[in-house]
Amino acid sequence: MILNRRRFLGTATAASAALSAPMALGQAKPRVVVIGGGSGGGTVARYIAKDSNGAVDVTLIEPSRMYYTCYFSNLYLGGFWDFDALGHDYGNIARTGVNVVHDWAVGVDRDAQTVALASGESIAYDRLVVAPGIDFVEGSVPGWDVSQQSKMPHAYKSGTQAQLLKHQIENMREGGTFCMVAPPNPYRCPPGPGERVSMVAHVLSQTNPTAKILIVDPKENYSKQALFEEGWERHYPGMVTRIGPDFGGNNVEVRPDSMEVVIDGQVEAVDVCNVIPAQKAGKIAELAGLTDASGWAPVLPSDMRSRMDENVFVLGDASAQGAMPKSGFSANSQAKVVANVIRGELTGSRIFPARYSNTCWSLIATNDGVKVGANYEAGADQIESVSSFISQTGEDAELRQQTYEESIGWYNGIVADIFG
Amino acid sequence: MFEKLKILLCIGAVMAPTLALGQATPIGDAAAGAQVYQRECASCHQIGEGAVHRIGPHLNRIFDRRAGSHDDFRYSEALVRQGRDGLVWDLVRLHAYIENPRALVSGTRMSYRGLNDADRRANLIAYMRAYSDQPQNIPEASPTAIAREVELPAETLALEGDVEYGEFLSAECTTCHQRSGDHSGIPGILGWPQEDFVVAMHAYKQKLRPHEVMQSVSQRLDDEEIAALAAYFYKLGRE
Ligand SMILES: Cc1cc2nc3c(=O)[nH]c(=O)nc-3n(C[C@H](O)[C@H](O)[C@H](O)COP(=O)(O)OP(=O)(O)OC[C@H]3O[C@@H](n4cnc5c(N)ncnc54)[C@H](O)[C@@H]3O)c2cc1C
Ligand code: HEC
Ligand code: HEC
Repeated sequence: MILNRRRFLGTATAASAALSAPMALGQAKPRVVVIGGGSGGGTVARYIAKDSNGAVDVTLIEPSRMYYTCYFSNLYLGGFWDFDALGHDYGNIARTGVNVVHDWAVGVDRDAQTVALASGESIAYDRLVVAPGIDFVEGSVPGWDVSQQSKMPHAYKSGTQAQLLKHQIENMREGGTFCMVAPPNPYRCPPGPGERVSMVAHVLSQTNPTAKILIVDPKENYSKQALFEEGWERHYPGMVTRIGPDFGGNNVEVRPDSMEVVIDGQVEAVDVCNVIPAQKAGKIAELAGLTDASGWAPVLPSDMRSRMDENVFVLGDASAQGAMPKSGFSANSQAKVVANVIRGELTGSRIFPARYSNTCWSLIATNDGVKVGANYEAGADQIESVSSFISQTGEDAELRQQTYEESIGWYNGIVADIFG
Repeated sequence: MFEKLKILLCIGAVMAPTLALGQATPIGDAAAGAQVYQRECASCHQIGEGAVHRIGPHLNRIFDRRAGSHDDFRYSEALVRQGRDGLVWDLVRLHAYIENPRALVSGTRMSYRGLNDADRRANLIAYMRAYSDQPQNIPEASPTAIAREVELPAETLALEGDVEYGEFLSAECTTCHQRSGDHSGIPGILGWPQEDFVVAMHAYKQKLRPHEVMQSVSQRLDDEEIAALAAYFYKLGRE
């Protein structure tokens, strides 16, 4: 992987100094560089460009030409959404005035204020936003590493993994077992694994009704648990079994070659295995020296500014900010706060106090949608939840259908906000 | 007919002490309400034995019924949406809807300007209450019921919105409500008359409208912020 081979330390400094020198001379426009064009990075780049009307020079560094959202990828697994409808390109972000560079950032020189790209180029910044999403913690599931991802897919990052997993589910032998190795906290999209199980159960109950689903979970409990369990009982009775930490769910090893899962010493043969490993900030955050021992990048709650560097902001999943779940909604919400602050610092526009929020919808079965959400504020040390709501068990079918329809409205809304 | 009402109201009055936690203000004067009904509602709604849908649905057994729930009446999408969210016709919601239909249901098809006079509303509701299955189950006055003044103070409605602040605040909204005005599953909010926008936001804030996401969104917006948003989205709709 490029990131491992091209560790940036010093080598690109000379080149970048040469690049940035002319800009420093004249009254150049202030420069913002954004690493990562996902939910957080795409939003912040677009909002700064849109709101500053050309007064700020914004560069977005993102290797992919298409961003495939993880949100709604579970609905794709369940047959409720097309794969193509998950993909969004950067055309409109570029049209807002963002300079989109399709490359990897391979290092950050925070003293020289430059970002090195895999191409060898270097880009200078006055403010840097780092929004690379997640990477997996190596060795967190013994027996699994990324080289095994075609045998045991994670389908937990943007891209083609979801297609692979869907293919495996659809081709599973009759009466076979789908196993999910769920991640420990904190991880992106807390209700994501539960929603995925729901969608897999939806497909299997139609095409392979004697199949079983086994969840191996290191956590005591998880987001929307009561809602999911009620839904599974109602729609897919007897199909789903969860092994929590009390029965060894926290002691699991996988054997991709023989398609086995070892739970607390006991060997289980499985047919499809979805391994969602433990997570940490995207590698570039670590290379830039923005992470701490937890593997995440600590930020100030007031504006997502890195605790390591006042010219750098870390957004979205990669940040350690407190109570907000790692979600596309949160990343988008945080990005708007950062865009307002950076624009204010660079152009003198008004800076307003931060307001954060999140809502996450999940689909349990056809027209059976649920949601959880909260408002957040900057506390003294971290972002804190100030009020929250969650769907209730036992809600009627009309409300659940409306909640599902609303989630489609949200999906169309957030992708229009970022990419539309 | 008025005899019947009197009896029913008596039962209600007897029940009141247990039901209404000591705040036994009667809902209103049903006899006076009959006249209000004739003047304000009868042209569109029937009520009483044999009532059928006309321009509006019949209003028998309206109390405790989910909004927009007669299968054989074609309601507006907006009213059906509120019903699905969990809007049930209790005292407070009836007051709110009759006072200003659009505050509770922005896109309602009931083209009725609203009845500002709280006493006449109360009398009207007392009259309608008699056509419920079990009026004695409907508290004459629950602690939260009548006291709630739905109408916004004139100062609140007159606030001039700060468009620039509204633009900043709008970023929270456009995760769900599209800037282009396109909508599917979540209503569009562009270019509304500012007063309609303001009363709708306050209806969520006062939890008159049941939707939890919007209750949560509006809860931390003060009057000026709501005015700023109304001004910004109005302007955006005109661009
Ligand atoms: C199955 C599933 C379901 C989900 N459902 C929901 C949901 O319903 N609602 C919701 O709100 N969230 C949901 N999420 C969570 C959501 O996808 C993430 O929280 C969100 O994408 C985080 O945004 P981000 O900007 O931090 O990272 P990402 O969106 O992952 O973006 C990071 C970007 O950075 C790029 N990048 C990484 N390293 C570099 C580098 N070195 N140089 C340049 N670019 C780099 C990557 O290519 C990527 O495009 C779900 C996630 C999953 C897995
Ligand atoms: C101009 C005709 C008109 C008048 C006058 C009118 N209404 Fe309506 N009303 C309607 C229509 C049409 C609807 C359906 C609204 C929708 O679908 O949005 C309705 C709906 C209602 C509902 C909701 C019914 C349900 O099933 O959910 C109530 C309650 C109601 N009206 C009460 C009243 C009262 C009380 C008055 C008098 C103060 C009144 N209306 C005056 C036309 C009218
Ligand atoms: C998480 C998604 C979400 C966010 C964020 C959001 N809304 Fe909403 N909004 C909704 C939904 C869903 C509805 C429909 C609610 C209902 O059924 O009452 C709605 C309804 C509304 C309505 C009433 C529409 C109608 O036709 O009655 C207004 C006005 C409104 N929102 C304004 C706002 C404003 C202003 C903001 C930002 C401060 C905002 N919303 C943020 C989801 C959202």
